[in-house]
Amino acid sequence: MQNQEEHTALKNTVQSLLDEAKRQGASAAEAGLSQENGLTVSARLGDVETIEHHCGQGLGITVYFDQRKGSASTTDLSPESIKETVSAACSIARYTSEDAFAGLPEKDLLATEFPNLDLNHPWAISVEEAIALAVECEDAARNYHAEISNSEGASVNTHQGIHVMGNSLGFLHSYSSTRHSLSCSVLAQRGDSMQRDYWYSVSRNAAKLDAATDIGKKAAERALRRLEGRSLTTRQCPVLYSAEIASGLLSSFIGAISGGNLYRKSSFLLDALDTQVFPEFVHLYEQPHLKGALGSAAFDGEGVATKGRDIVTDGILRSYVLSTYSARKLGLHSTGNAGGVRNLTIDTGALDFQGMLKQLDTGLLVTELMGQGVNILTGDYSRGAAGFWVENGQIQYPVEEITIAGNLKDMLKNIVAIGNDVDYRGNVRTGSILVERMSIAGE
Amino acid sequence: MELLNLARQAILIPAGIQDGDIEKIMSRLLSSPVDAADIYFQSSHSESWVMEGGIIKEGSYSIEQGAGVRAVSGEKTGFAYSDRIELPVLLEAANNVKAIVRQGQDVQVGLVNAGNKSQYYPVANPLKSLLEQQKIDLLRKVDSETRKLDARIEEVIISLSGVHETILVANQDGSLAADIRPLVRMNVTVIVVENGRREQASMGGGGRSDYHYFLNQNLALNYGKEAVRQALVNLEADEAPAGNMTVVLGPGWPGILLHEAIGHGLEGDFNRKGTSAFSGRVGERVASDLCTVVDDGTLQGRRGSLSIDDEGTPTENTVLIENGILKGYMQDKLNARLMGVRSTGNGRRESYASLPMPRMTNTYMLPGSHHPEDIIKSVKKGLYAKNFAGGQVDITSGKFVFSASEAYLIENGKITRAIKGATLIGNGPDVLTKVSMVGNDLELDSGVGSCGKDGQSVPVGVGQPTLKIDGLTVGGTSV
Repeated sequence: MQNQEEHTALKNTVQSLLDEAKRQGASAAEAGLSQENGLTVSARLGDVETIEHHCGQGLGITVYFDQRKGSASTTDLSPESIKETVSAACSIARYTSEDAFAGLPEKDLLATEFPNLDLNHPWAISVEEAIALAVECEDAARNYHAEISNSEGASVNTHQGIHVMGNSLGFLHSYSSTRHSLSCSVLAQRGDSMQRDYWYSVSRNAAKLDAATDIGKKAAERALRRLEGRSLTTRQCPVLYSAEIASGLLSSFIGAISGGNLYRKSSFLLDALDTQVFPEFVHLYEQPHLKGALGSAAFDGEGVATKGRDIVTDGILRSYVLSTYSARKLGLHSTGNAGGVRNLTIDTGALDFQGMLKQLDTGLLVTELMGQGVNILTGDYSRGAAGFWVENGQIQYPVEEITIAGNLKDMLKNIVAIGNDVDYRGNVRTGSILVERMSIAGE
Repeated sequence: MELLNLARQAILIPAGIQDGDIEKIMSRLLSSPVDAADIYFQSSHSESWVMEGGIIKEGSYSIEQGAGVRAVSGEKTGFAYSDRIELPVLLEAANNVKAIVRQGQDVQVGLVNAGNKSQYYPVANPLKSLLEQQKIDLLRKVDSETRKLDARIEEVIISLSGVHETILVANQDGSLAADIRPLVRMNVTVIVVENGRREQASMGGGGRSDYHYFLNQNLALNYGKEAVRQALVNLEADEAPAGNMTVVLGPGWPGILLHEAIGHGLEGDFNRKGTSAFSGRVGERVASDLCTVVDDGTLQGRRGSLSIDDEGTPTENTVLIENGILKGYMQDKLNARLMGVRSTGNGRRESYASLPMPRMTNTYMLPGSHHPEDIIKSVKKGLYAKNFAGGQVDITSGKFVFSASEAYLIENGKITRAIKGATLIGNGPDVLTKVSMVGNDLELDSGVGSCGKDGQSVPVGVGQPTLKIDGLTVGGTSV
């Protein structure tokens, strides 16, 4: 546990912001504060390249004068700056409009229980140790194969922070969290073909990071397997999204059922509640209290209690993803998602990655996507891609300079299988996802 | 001199930092045998206003300030930053940073005012250029005028933002340089609906200027008109074609092609390390002889312009490709030194909390001789892409994408019908060799670009005349 006095001091700062807002006439206010420290060390070609010491802080406040709202933020936590920041927010609230839906969350939705989510594991690593670890990681990649020709380096990153959130309903809570990562990016070359790829591991607890040598080897393997990629002729075929990029499909879905896009009517899933949006076997849910996970939190960006809940069962959309404001605009209640979903998880099928390739049979395995190309309003989807052509469940050759396109509404409904090869590194936990058919554009 | 004093008043004096303190920090940094060192002070005040659903919905104000301390030895960099501009904090940062090099010696540094050669934007504070009520009135006027344009308009979302940033950078030779950088931006998004079909489009612009920029020539109202026009075009759009075809890119913002296809690949860091598809290719042909491409930080008032970069180097008009031949790279100090060339004034950083890197400013292609209509006429079957929504590049493989948001089919030399947005993909080192016609209609974008690299975002500009490319892959659904 981090120094209790530090937490108390920062909570006092947030309380003083709220008090100052009240003093300046605000009818309600909410404020947040973060203080972070960190170290990033990178090594390239066997030697240290950069050492970065991070030391950042910031606070923000939103004030309400009845239904008018104003916000301000600063990196300066001095008492004078707090006064000025509150004044700035109050001054803005004089010019914004009455908004019937604006305001703090309902008091009974605020978090009252604060379970230990196991988010705080400071890493007592010295600069020298971090350099050695980065070098070890990069060495494993560079020594993996003669065709590993160059490197963008390996890097070790450790961050720890304290976050405080409070509002004028009496909510005031702080927590500490850490985040550590180890990554490596190398180049492979054969003749004129040059490719780069990377791998990383990330965790709240450094002891749970993958071994440096494994990360290095994986980065090298990924760069090597892309060599001598070719384009495909334009066609339609099944597409298998590898686990590490499949999360993007689910994130686009979450975007489409998020309050902001719904009340603006800029979603391809308007009025989709209680309708079939995925095949029947799909179960998608949030696990915000998962111990030690990257997305875990007891409360959302407004202090509303988070809870584990189903978003999709039997392929049917059961709940939107809402903040207080967007919920009110839709005549609903906050789902505790100010700031997004937390540890979004999809139930997987029985097939591992090899099994998924067999199920794909003949089609495209996508391992990299490029560009934006996702229109949440219409569902139109068109992105640059790279990966592998697969025949009879066997990888044939690497593919690049192609696009994959379709409409998300159809793509989600036409998911054929979800692999059990889950990538646990991010906030979205999914295995590889097989989509029945998409358009491929190439040479 | 004037700028330096303004920067001292904005950042150093409120923090109680004297020139002598900067000398102390620099001396501390140089007490190890480093090749280069700098101290970067920054103070940034910004605001944004959002109008949506016919009301002024949000306003926010933000103050960011801090200092970054860097020491470089060979290819090694030590860096520390703090939000607290205080002498003991910065001396401690200097101690941490110089640990990149081990042995020590005593050095005394005396500061010299560098003074700016040229300034490409006014010193004025954009946040104060209009009264709050005038900003609100502007938003309301754009909202009401835009909503009047068509009965199919369902929602209009308008944002207005301004930044007033002051920087001061001290280098190891004792030179002290400062810059005051205004930046304004306005954006209008409209959602239209017809027979249950919904589409949206956005248009915006801005530059290194103050809010009066949007009042000139009804610019703000024109953003609304243009957003409505594009959204209505999208209501009519058919499935986009899939496959390789002739593509004509319109003038201005489609210049994002240059930013992605060649710009990033010509940044000095990738080329010094040999990780770019363009590494070691200076003097080679990388484009058809119709193509001359520059990166120009010196354009008056443009979003990507800088009087000096974030290392204190004056920006330039740097020729990247001349008549198809690769001429050089964009450099910051570190990569320039390691490659034995000079900095081109492209050393940029998102803020004091990030390290500088070679970054683009305003990247554009010079005009050619063809009339845009003749370019369209020359195409039997192809795509005309007029507006884009962003892009990305893999600088090692050279593969790049950019996504069209407004596009049309060309059939027998005529633009026939609108098609849905689609991603275009190509290979950076050879896409410009397929440029067969270059228009005489050079336009720069309206001032909306932001570029991300290594997690750092900086404002940039792009531009080009109408271009014809003989073969680019179009990622539609219609196979």
